[in-house]
Amino acid sequence: MKRMTLWVAFACGLFAQRKATIDNVRELPFSAVPNFLKLPPGEYLGESVAVATNSKGHIFVYHRSANTRLFEFDQAGNFLKEIGSGYYGFEFSHSVRVDKDDNIWTVDEGTNMVTKFSPDGKVLMVLGHRPPAVIGVQLAPPGPNLPAQKYTFCRPTDVGWDPRGNIFISDGYCNNRVVKYDKDGRFLAQAGSEKAGKTLGEFNLPHGLQVDAQGNVWVADRTNSRYVVLDNNLKPLREITNLGVGWTMCISPGPHQYAFFSNSNPNGNMPGTWDTTGEIYKAELDGTVLGKFGHPAKMPPGFQVVHMMDCRNPNEIIVGEIESWRVQKLVFKAQ
Amino acid sequence: MKYLIPAILALTATAQDAPEIKFDSVPNALQLPAGLYLGEVGGVATNSRGEIFVYTRTGHPTITIGSARPFAHGGSRLFEFDANGKYVREIGKDTYGFMYAAQVRVDPADNIWVVDEMTNMVIKFDAQRRVSMLLGRKEESVRVPARAPTGNGAGQPTDLFDRPADVAWDAAGNIFVADGLGNARIAKFDKDGKFVKSWGKRGSGPGEFANVRSIAVDAQGNVYAADGGNRRVQVFDNNGEFKTAFTNVGNAQALCLTKGQVLYVSNSNPPDDIDRDGEIYKMKLDGTITGKFGRAGKLPKEFGTVNAIACRGENTLYVGEVGNLRVQKLVLH
Repeated sequence: MKRMTLWVAFACGLFAQRKATIDNVRELPFSAVPNFLKLPPGEYLGESVAVATNSKGHIFVYHRSANTRLFEFDQAGNFLKEIGSGYYGFEFSHSVRVDKDDNIWTVDEGTNMVTKFSPDGKVLMVLGHRPPAVIGVQLAPPGPNLPAQKYTFCRPTDVGWDPRGNIFISDGYCNNRVVKYDKDGRFLAQAGSEKAGKTLGEFNLPHGLQVDAQGNVWVADRTNSRYVVLDNNLKPLREITNLGVGWTMCISPGPHQYAFFSNSNPNGNMPGTWDTTGEIYKAELDGTVLGKFGHPAKMPPGFQVVHMMDCRNPNEIIVGEIESWRVQKLVFKAQ
Repeated sequence: MKYLIPAILALTATAQDAPEIKFDSVPNALQLPAGLYLGEVGGVATNSRGEIFVYTRTGHPTITIGSARPFAHGGSRLFEFDANGKYVREIGKDTYGFMYAAQVRVDPADNIWVVDEMTNMVIKFDAQRRVSMLLGRKEESVRVPARAPTGNGAGQPTDLFDRPADVAWDAAGNIFVADGLGNARIAKFDKDGKFVKSWGKRGSGPGEFANVRSIAVDAQGNVYAADGGNRRVQVFDNNGEFKTAFTNVGNAQALCLTKGQVLYVSNSNPPDDIDRDGEIYKMKLDGTITGKFGRAGKLPKEFGTVNAIACRGENTLYVGEVGNLRVQKLVLH
């Protein structure tokens, strides 16, 4: 019996999943655009963990192929160009987001760097510092995490901005905090620390981040299976605990903002998980859930571990998936 | 030691009182082709024609597996730009000695000298961009896991370096290597690369170093060594006899000495903090600070861990930054 318990604990740790506890949510019908992104011959997407659009509807996919790469597509899904080929800050992609001025921000959990690219792909600002190669191969450090530093990340996960241009970064897999910088990249504050925790204001793998028009910061607190809302000074306001795993979220722009939350099916497709996970929820910012959509499946329009969503147009959601190496565009009837 | 104390106090006051030098950063000073990016800038230098060389950590070395030992290669590149900052070419593409850019310098005969902190090599390219002299040797394979630092930093009396950082020459062509971050010594070679002597070991006393990150030689052959970990620049004669130390310069990481014998010293901020240090001092060779400019930060006219200063013109400087992955061209007023 003891062995059995251990095995279950191990399995849950590796393949964390949670059935959403909310009931009676209506299904939102949608259609997926077939063959949406068109790559040149010989080019492939890898794990498509990060996707974002700019104001023209261009689509940016920051994906893990042999090298981590950033591709730009036009609004119809035609390949335009690669940005940052061979760039020092690219090793293992985690997030890409586009700010209100169409600058493209990449978050790389391999180099521990967040990079701001201009719309035409020039490096404008870097946050974080890549561990120096010169010290040689480092094994994953055993023991407790080192104290979190103002300007150094530990596998950061996501980035957002408030209306004044302040920068917010969720950091990450080995720190457990949210950090605020001013628009010029100077440290202002942090919530959480290197230590994981459960109380409100602590995090355990902050995995996704968005900022709403009021400047409140929404955090997908993954291992705690919740979403947390912080005010602009990173003081916790409330948590959302009934929408499943807390992997990633998206807030649409405009006068009426919607929030989307993904209860992503776990990596590895463990038996049974497809029945209870994988759906995305649409909600008002006050927490009222409006509907849900999507189910896990290998073939489109199924989802295979949604890692990121773009919701610039709340009726056209673009999802990036880990296990299918795929980006899908989902079209909803205008509501 | 006692006699140094009044001098330290006097010089510290000088640093705080130094006037601010007005300056500008030239926008788009270097124009890279689409799809080419600078990484952490180890070094930037110009030759007599004003052509610009940048040695940069564009990626990390790749370690091959499935071999008898783990071998490492790649990670840094040397780019050349014309005097207007237009990209011209890459030098030494895929060369064996490029892994972790430390510095690039150009000697009076326009030879281009590259210092690599991970292959532990100093590579001299002639004016035709051909390899013409090598100091040091790359280790055949890479240590897994990483080796802990050992020894007292004195190194061996040879050209085997441990994380060298910089190179300079005297008027006779003797070569001085700042060796550097693994060792804590200065190694002297004659103009043909024959080892002459070395001095220094890890410590904080006169002639000892926390590290030697940058080096310059004046017209008289005196050697200036940036010992940032001890927050000073040490001055030696041509044979390594300690003469004095400037203790008013903070974390001295990059030095440059102009033809007119003006010394620029960067009090570089650490790579993980932009809320302190970062200014560059303009100095006389007696240690007097005559002005200062800049601060740590991410905007133009701010600095992210300056690792290199090129000062062929006294009022036109190129600075290479580790933190901001860029080179700025500065015009002092």
